[in-house]
Amino acid sequence: MSANYILRRLFWAIPTLIGVAILVFVLVRVVPGDPIAMMLPPGATAEDVGRLRALYGLDAPIPKQFVAWMGDVLRGNFGTSISLREGVVRLVMSRLPATLELVIVAVAVACAFAALAAVGAVYFRGRWPELVVDGLSGLVLAIPDFLWGLLFVLVLGVLLPVLPISGRIDPTLDFNPATGFYLAEALLRLRWDAFADLMKHILLPALALALPLAAALTRVLKGSLIDAMNQDYVTLVRVKGYSRARILWRVALRNALIPTVTLTGVQFSFLIGGTVLIEYIFSYPGIGNLAIAAVNQRDLPLIQGLVLTFAVLFILTNLLVDMAYSILNPRVRQS
Amino acid sequence: MSTLLAIRDLDLTLGSKPPVRLLRRVSLQVEPGQIVGLVGESGAGKTMVSRVVLGIAPANARVTHGSVAFAARDITHLSEAQRRPLLGREIAFIPQNPMTALNPVERIGPQITDVLRMHLDLGRTDAQDRALALLREVHLREPQRILRQHPHELSGGMRQRVLIAIAFACKPKLVIADEPTTALDVTVQKQILQLIRELQRNSGTAILFITHDLGVVAKLCDHVVVMHGGRVLESAAAARLFENPTHAYTRALFAATPRFDRPADELKPIPAALTQQLNEEARVLDARDA
Repeated sequence: MSANYILRRLFWAIPTLIGVAILVFVLVRVVPGDPIAMMLPPGATAEDVGRLRALYGLDAPIPKQFVAWMGDVLRGNFGTSISLREGVVRLVMSRLPATLELVIVAVAVACAFAALAAVGAVYFRGRWPELVVDGLSGLVLAIPDFLWGLLFVLVLGVLLPVLPISGRIDPTLDFNPATGFYLAEALLRLRWDAFADLMKHILLPALALALPLAAALTRVLKGSLIDAMNQDYVTLVRVKGYSRARILWRVALRNALIPTVTLTGVQFSFLIGGTVLIEYIFSYPGIGNLAIAAVNQRDLPLIQGLVLTFAVLFILTNLLVDMAYSILNPRVRQS
Repeated sequence: MSTLLAIRDLDLTLGSKPPVRLLRRVSLQVEPGQIVGLVGESGAGKTMVSRVVLGIAPANARVTHGSVAFAARDITHLSEAQRRPLLGREIAFIPQNPMTALNPVERIGPQITDVLRMHLDLGRTDAQDRALALLREVHLREPQRILRQHPHELSGGMRQRVLIAIAFACKPKLVIADEPTTALDVTVQKQILQLIRELQRNSGTAILFITHDLGVVAKLCDHVVVMHGGRVLESAAAARLFENPTHAYTRALFAATPRFDRPADELKPIPAALTQQLNEEARVLDARDA
């Protein structure tokens, strides 16, 4: 995987992003709901509405509006949020780290679960642990992430209040992060109290996101592992005197990861969409929650900015997955 | 010296209703330092014999009769954990298809050093040095470079040489070679056979050589065991067998072998009547042993 390849991929992301921009720009203007009407008090006259509309440039025809917006965007200006009266870039950037930390923790948890479950199931092939893994992964897969979120809130937040169910950090805690990456910063500054509190807050939303992903990963990985276990190279290490556990962890897993990564690139992308509902349920201050507020307020510049952010995340995730694939597969690495 | 590998009256049965008999009272012996050829058509049970010795028979196949003894020790019913110290150390294996037998995501180096470190307790650098020496012994050029390469960067012949180096790494007493030249092209086949023979002479390792190629057997083996339908039909010293095959099937097998030196000869397929007769015998044996 050369730098050249990565640059080429990033270049080809540009038309995709332009397409997304056109789509979202037109869509938010075609669907019902008027941001101006929501800003003004009930007694406003038609004249007031018209003036405000002109102020935000919403009176021009859509193509003209789009060209103006695109021109600003290319200069790095995504406009000002109508409802929050703040720059869109600043708003998104202040919330994005929270979402990234949530997604990274969720993916890490999902991968750890999936590896343990799949390797365990194959190790105890045909015995009860395999049945448990198959049954549980089917069950978990059948329940979407937001239902897990609600279930956690109900059981672990209300009935058995062991973990916090809203926010990102205890506001009374004396922790003043310099960046938006609280978790990473707490870790680097060795602030274990803050780290523990942040982990407590992130655990349930991350778990809600991770569970369906872990189940999907487990299924694919288990299939790939079984496939790998029947390959000639596994027979060879068996007759070299490898133990079953060593074969699974050291030989089969590395090989099984290759098809698993290909098949699950899409799953990671779904995860980004999943954050919107999960952040809402857990009042987690990320871009998902911001997106819901923006849609409620018909905050057109903010919606546009957020959708583009999601699109960029989507493209970068896919690029990362492809890079992981080429790192895992030596046959691709050299070509 | 006592017999190295002694298989006696081995029955291997697959499933239960109805059971399929894979091996029928198979007996064969390999003396220390001897090369024994195990020949027969596809499905004769050659590979199954080796799989029982290596403990990698299909999961639903069971040894229902007889025994396998290695170095005077009964290894018929060893558990996986009990058999492990033998595998790669005392008994090694050269697989049929070098293209698929190496782990594609691991460099060659660790695939050779793992057995050395596991069985001989060598440290990292000692194992590395020994791996280099092994690659030289199998006549691979630029062994330093090969250690750092992945399997897909090597040709089939080179990979088979690597696999042979792995098999001989711990100086085993017995190497089981399952059609090690079948997947290679003809010129490479000859080199690989020469290499196996050379290593065998230098190390005194015994080899159980599984093949359907009688030409290979004639060049390489001291003793030959002919199998068909999961049973041994004839077992004799190689020189005696080629001069004077006693079993009708062995003679038919010779007649069905193409010869480079006599291309004009007509190839005779194994007569259907003979196959039928052998199958009938097998049925009678199964009824007797049931």
